Amino acid sequence: MTVSHPSSASTNHLSVEAVSKHYPGQIALETVSLHVERGNYVVLLGPSGSGKTTLLSLIGGFTLPSSGVIRIGGQDVTDLPPAKRPTTTVFQDYALFPHMSVAANIEFGLKLRGLKADARKVRVSEMLELVGLGQHGERSIQALSGGQRQRVALARALAVEPEILLLDEPLGALDLALRRQMQDELHRIQRQMNRTFVHVTHDQEEAMALADLIVVMSHGRIEDMGPPRRVYMRPATRFAATFMGESTQIEGRIHAQDGQVITLETQQGFLRGMAAPAEGAMTDTDTQSRTWCIGDKAVAIIRPENIKTTPDYGQAIGQALVCETVFQGNYVRVFARSETGQTFVLHSPARQVPASGDTITPHALVDDITIVPAQEG
Amino acid sequence: MNKVATVSRRESLPGLLFVSPALLWLLAFFAAPLLAMIAVSLHDSATGQYGIGNFVQVFTEKAYTDALFNSLTLTAVVTLASLVLAYPLAYSIASLRSARIQRLALTFAVLPFWTSYVVRSYAWLLVLAPTGPLNAALMALGLIHTPLRLAYSTTATEIGFVHFFIMLDTLTIYASLVQINPRLALAARDLGASALRTFLSITLPLSVPGIAVGAFLTIVLCIGDYVTPQILGGMRAIVLPQTVMMQIQKHLDLPMASAMSLVLTVIMAVAYLALYRFLRPEEPGR
Amino acid sequence: MSAVQTRYAGGWKQLICKGLTATYIAACFCFIFAPVAVLVLFSFQDGRLPVPPFHGPTLHWYGQALANDRLLSAMGHSFVVGAGSAFLSVVLGFLAAYGLARYRFRGQALVRGILVLPMAVSYLIVGMGLLVMASWLNIAPSLWLVCISHIVINMPLAFAICSAQFNPAQVRMEMAAADLGASLPRVLLQITVPMMAPALIAAFILCFTLSWDEFLTAFLLSRFDITLPVAIWGLLRGGLNPQTNAIGSMVFFGAAALALGAEYLMFRKKSS
Repeated sequence: MTVSHPSSASTNHLSVEAVSKHYPGQIALETVSLHVERGNYVVLLGPSGSGKTTLLSLIGGFTLPSSGVIRIGGQDVTDLPPAKRPTTTVFQDYALFPHMSVAANIEFGLKLRGLKADARKVRVSEMLELVGLGQHGERSIQALSGGQRQRVALARALAVEPEILLLDEPLGALDLALRRQMQDELHRIQRQMNRTFVHVTHDQEEAMALADLIVVMSHGRIEDMGPPRRVYMRPATRFAATFMGESTQIEGRIHAQDGQVITLETQQGFLRGMAAPAEGAMTDTDTQSRTWCIGDKAVAIIRPENIKTTPDYGQAIGQALVCETVFQGNYVRVFARSETGQTFVLHSPARQVPASGDTITPHALVDDITIVPAQEG
Repeated sequence: MNKVATVSRRESLPGLLFVSPALLWLLAFFAAPLLAMIAVSLHDSATGQYGIGNFVQVFTEKAYTDALFNSLTLTAVVTLASLVLAYPLAYSIASLRSARIQRLALTFAVLPFWTSYVVRSYAWLLVLAPTGPLNAALMALGLIHTPLRLAYSTTATEIGFVHFFIMLDTLTIYASLVQINPRLALAARDLGASALRTFLSITLPLSVPGIAVGAFLTIVLCIGDYVTPQILGGMRAIVLPQTVMMQIQKHLDLPMASAMSLVLTVIMAVAYLALYRFLRPEEPGR
Repeated sequence: MSAVQTRYAGGWKQLICKGLTATYIAACFCFIFAPVAVLVLFSFQDGRLPVPPFHGPTLHWYGQALANDRLLSAMGHSFVVGAGSAFLSVVLGFLAAYGLARYRFRGQALVRGILVLPMAVSYLIVGMGLLVMASWLNIAPSLWLVCISHIVINMPLAFAICSAQFNPAQVRMEMAAADLGASLPRVLLQITVPMMAPALIAAFILCFTLSWDEFLTAFLLSRFDITLPVAIWGLLRGGLNPQTNAIGSMVFFGAAALALGAEYLMFRKKSS
């Protein structure tokens, strides 16, 4: 497939360029830009109403943008209807045709592409094998479990060999165990097919497990975008930090900047941390486009696993009183509060758990602290 | 085994108590009369003997076989025409913008339902009369020069029936259409289907329950109706209910009337069985 | 530039589609409303024949209809038969629906099937059966028989409407009431019936309208006292007459108002 697009190495497979979508009295998306390389697994992550589903339906052609351009493989598809785009969608409720068998559902798109009956049969059984439903071709949709329906929806969308597969909360209707299992399946199938997947979810664990590129969205804008590790460890904004998982957040003002190391003046004393990267940064060290001014409000973000209570570990961050401990199996979550009202959350090994009421001194390495700008409002 | 049966019988009691008034009513005033009708139909009023003579007559005497034939063709034409005209209307209403507007359009589409049954046919007689508004309008437009003889004909009966059953079919088909998950059509379009193809392979098959219910009601109500053909149809092509009423009113021959009514019932039962597959409430497209 | 053009073309297509839809709906509405419009318009005809040309409006025929004793007494009969049969239909239908929804017993599917069976049989059969049985038992045709036949016809409908309205939340509420010590009749009257009130009223109105409008069994089973449709049938023998238009228009507006009321009740119940 990649052979037929010689330019794909240099150009992006999917480009969303300054796309906005306005509804009367409401802005669903505001100047969003996104560039995806061929074969990437992209996850659009955000709470409901963040615009992630709108963005997906713009890419799929179900909604037309108010402004901006969408390109797939270099071709402008902004105004093409869904049928004319090299994309297919796995819908949230799967939208399987209830009056057709499993095989007929998968065959539907192939028939429309004029494939001969023999070729269709081969392709359908290939797809059934791919999603692990080899023996279920003649079953009726009603007879399938939720996870099986999910697989049929996937097979039907992939059967027509789309350039880009769009998945709208595909695992949302499944229970937790099944969701984790289907996650692994999706990952395997995406690697095996080597296609670009764009997947919408509000589950950050799902996002981290699947994505090559996570796009964190909020209020119709992209908050942060990058590989899961980078977005989790070194979030670009406070929203991205909060949405990607638990953290201790210490507010303060910028006191000094030395390259990427920023010193923050907080109620817990001076705190040195690494400057947050620009949104869309692929590596930890990419901070080019962000400017910092002394005296600006900023927030230090520390992940719970990076706070230790041992004395000789990086810098001390004041003192705090343990209020609550929660046993989580291989570690214990400790909640603590300082005299100034600053709350801490940290993971402690199960062997040396502080008791409620103990005083602890949280420590963290400079490298494990990310300084993000305080958000307006 | 015996013990289980007695326990479940005791548990059955309160439920049966609630159901029994309705059941007994139907037993006394629906089932018993039906049985009486069957008994009477086997009675030959001419000879005073019991036998299937009346039924033989229904299927051999020309006046009756003609009526039977007229009833069947009329019902077939009306059922088909109503469905064909009602489907686009139901579809158009179902594709209106908001649920509120749809509901409003639907309410208005079936408002003439509430004209009195007898008056409705009479009103069509007015519309179709030689001096009526339809002929007046057509002549004024210069489309015809002599009034069309529409009233008192099978065509008039068909128009009167189609008018009523368009409303009914619109209701049943609309109910089916709005239950179809709109994402199914989106998915079909996404996989490359044209609008027409999407309609033919997704929407139409999934609306079959509504079509079947509409067809069934049309058949039952149309083949058993006396008023519409009597008012609008004139006396040339008489249908079965008209001959039934004639037996009662003119010939006072209840056995013959009963036999013909039972033939009607059997036809309805056949229609029910033929459409049963589609009438079962199934999961229509979630 | 090309994007703008394709958008424009899409707009045209959509516009044509919308236009066709609107045209078809309008044409159907014309057909559907034609007889009603003609009926109502010529009820105001100042002349002997309810056909064009239309001569200035008059309420003469309404006065005529309202002064017609035969029509008025028929209207009275229809009202009594309608109210009585609708009431009994709803009571019987509600009790049966309650019994089927709240209790498990053997043969439930069969009972359900029997209860809706009359809906699948034409009115002619119901009327014929009762007529045969009455003549066998030497019972003279009367409004009582008409009322009985209307209950046979309408009770299945009331049963279906009530059945559709029972839901698990109501079962829990009834259980809560019973748990607090309410007896079964008290639960029924103070919890279930009030909760079901909109459905019951809607069922009553629907049964009343259908009974009010029913011609065939009323025609077969009545003799001296007749209902309104039978009286109108009698009027038709005199040919086209604006008085028929007047009484027909009045019945239409009355029934339409009732039907809209019933629909409003059902709709409100559904959206609440």
